[in-house]
Amino acid sequence: MLEDKDRIFKNLYNDFGADLTSAKQRGDWKDTKEICGKGREWIINEIKASELRGRGGAGFPTGLKWSFAPKEVGSRPHYLVINADESEPGTCKDRDILRFEPHKLIEGCLIASYAVNAHKCYIYIRGEYFNEGQKLQTAIDESYKDGLIGKNSAGTDWELDIYIHYGAGAYICGEETALLESIEGKKGQPRLKPPFPALIGLYGCPTIINNVETISVVPTILRRGGKWFSSLGRPKNTGSKIYCISGNVNNPCNVEEEMGIPLKELIEKHAGGVIGGWDNLKAVIPGGSSMPLLPKETCETIKMDFDACVENKTGLGTAGIVVINKDQDIIKCMARIARFYKHESCGQCTPCREGSGWMWRMLERMAKGEATRDEVDMLLDVTKQIEGHTICAFGEGSSWPVQGLIRNFKDEIIERNKFDPVVKKQKDIPYLVDQHLLEKENA
Amino acid sequence: MAVKKISKVQPEKFEFNKKNKDTADSIIKNYPSGKQQSSVMALLYLAQKQNDNWIPLSAMKYIAKYLDMPYIKVYEVATFYSMYNLTPVGKYFFQVCTTTPCMLRGAYNLVDVCKRKISEEENRLSDDGKTSWLEVECLGACVNAPMLQLNEDYYEDLDPTKLEQIIDKINNDEVPQPGSYRGRLSSEPENTRKTLIGNKNA
Repeated sequence: MLEDKDRIFKNLYNDFGADLTSAKQRGDWKDTKEICGKGREWIINEIKASELRGRGGAGFPTGLKWSFAPKEVGSRPHYLVINADESEPGTCKDRDILRFEPHKLIEGCLIASYAVNAHKCYIYIRGEYFNEGQKLQTAIDESYKDGLIGKNSAGTDWELDIYIHYGAGAYICGEETALLESIEGKKGQPRLKPPFPALIGLYGCPTIINNVETISVVPTILRRGGKWFSSLGRPKNTGSKIYCISGNVNNPCNVEEEMGIPLKELIEKHAGGVIGGWDNLKAVIPGGSSMPLLPKETCETIKMDFDACVENKTGLGTAGIVVINKDQDIIKCMARIARFYKHESCGQCTPCREGSGWMWRMLERMAKGEATRDEVDMLLDVTKQIEGHTICAFGEGSSWPVQGLIRNFKDEIIERNKFDPVVKKQKDIPYLVDQHLLEKENA
Repeated sequence: MAVKKISKVQPEKFEFNKKNKDTADSIIKNYPSGKQQSSVMALLYLAQKQNDNWIPLSAMKYIAKYLDMPYIKVYEVATFYSMYNLTPVGKYFFQVCTTTPCMLRGAYNLVDVCKRKISEEENRLSDDGKTSWLEVECLGACVNAPMLQLNEDYYEDLDPTKLEQIIDKINNDEVPQPGSYRGRLSSEPENTRKTLIGNKNA
């Protein structure tokens, strides 16, 4: 278990207040000038040495991402964009950072902007987080006043302006290229990659996009050294992470813990256990709704980091853990997630636009027991036709939870939906007959 | 689910008031020159706030002229994002999150209360015309589920009785205290904190 002194977000529960004075007492903005003074190379190498992986879901190494930005600024300015469009069901970590640790984020913005040669930084906050955005704006205003950002940011001789851009309720804008489209004032529909945003991003200029949590841990890593960060967790899965535990637990909470903590410890120790006891556990969604769920047997042993989750055919994602106990109808839960994806599909690629609706309607019928037995395989087939056939990862995100359901609870679905198709029952049909007409005749 | 239908009753004219005009001009300055289109989302939001929580077509036309961009592009944006209301909603607009993490903790019980106390269907104004409600997707406060958004504020850790009290207060034109309704100040575990213990005593 992580010791309190190694926790990065000391104010996660707002014990001290989020203002600049108390943030400085916690050590923020302490030696930003010296850190930047060590140069871009050093910063990027230190982040590489820390093996920090992006906290927004995909887990891409941050140092590597920064090194993709062109070394010299050409005719086009560079931009840094912070992704605070947190909408993944089960995840609410960035909200707490925006509310309670805004200065960690702003300081991270300064260091990251310096490292990737950006003078302008946009923070894209989902529109529903209006109050959180106002708190961040207060913190930004404080920083301007104190000379921490602006013309000569914190004495580093680096000019940086930070602006907040509010979204307006579109899950898809959490996808990095959709987010850029949204900042440009268009519909949030993802772009084809390549070209990658690091070369052609916002307004066609080189742009680095990072999650709030990723940027917020950067100052602490540089202060305490990449070695310290990589000593937590295990290689390739280093550091600490904010886990959000929600659903059927006694004490739902956010908690910062070491990477690779056993899932059972998170649920039992921090979240007060499953409602009705551990034996009442049905399944766990480990990383936000896009990740396939885990059956109870796997939950006993699994460790929560990127690679261990992949080994168990799921993913760490954003570490939004949703616990589902036996009092719930698992098919209904997944049908509700499918409805979420149907609602949020941007409509650009046909497989996703149409397929997400199919999956939702089929699952709704399965939850009621109105589907036929063959439809389970058909549903799996539909998910396979969406996955990998879309511009962005939304296709995977919407089909993986359904695949996870079928992989782990196929028996339960079949038990509820026992019927053979009507066509099959009447074996003497010489040619394919419209099924609806047959149903009418039987009635 | 948000219905993207244009209201049949449309006001003829829309114009920003002085205060919103200043805000709009300062927002446009946040973006590089020539990229004023970027501020369309913020301006639509301002228009929505000014016009009793919904956006008429005349406002879209006005914003298109204001930002020197085609009207259809503004229309596209206004119809794409779910937070823009294109038909009138209540002065007090309840948005109940019913995505799985909230559903697991009983969000549909809140929906039942809304059906009973506000209006039978979502998106329909209550009898006194002051309130309306809507089922929405994840609002990003899953640890404090079930929760809802009332205008701009989050009301967390609810249960049907507490929601009934909130609606009663609203009907008397009092705005109840936002935040958690089980006394939580953040997303810390209730009573059983295992981390950052030193902080609490400090």
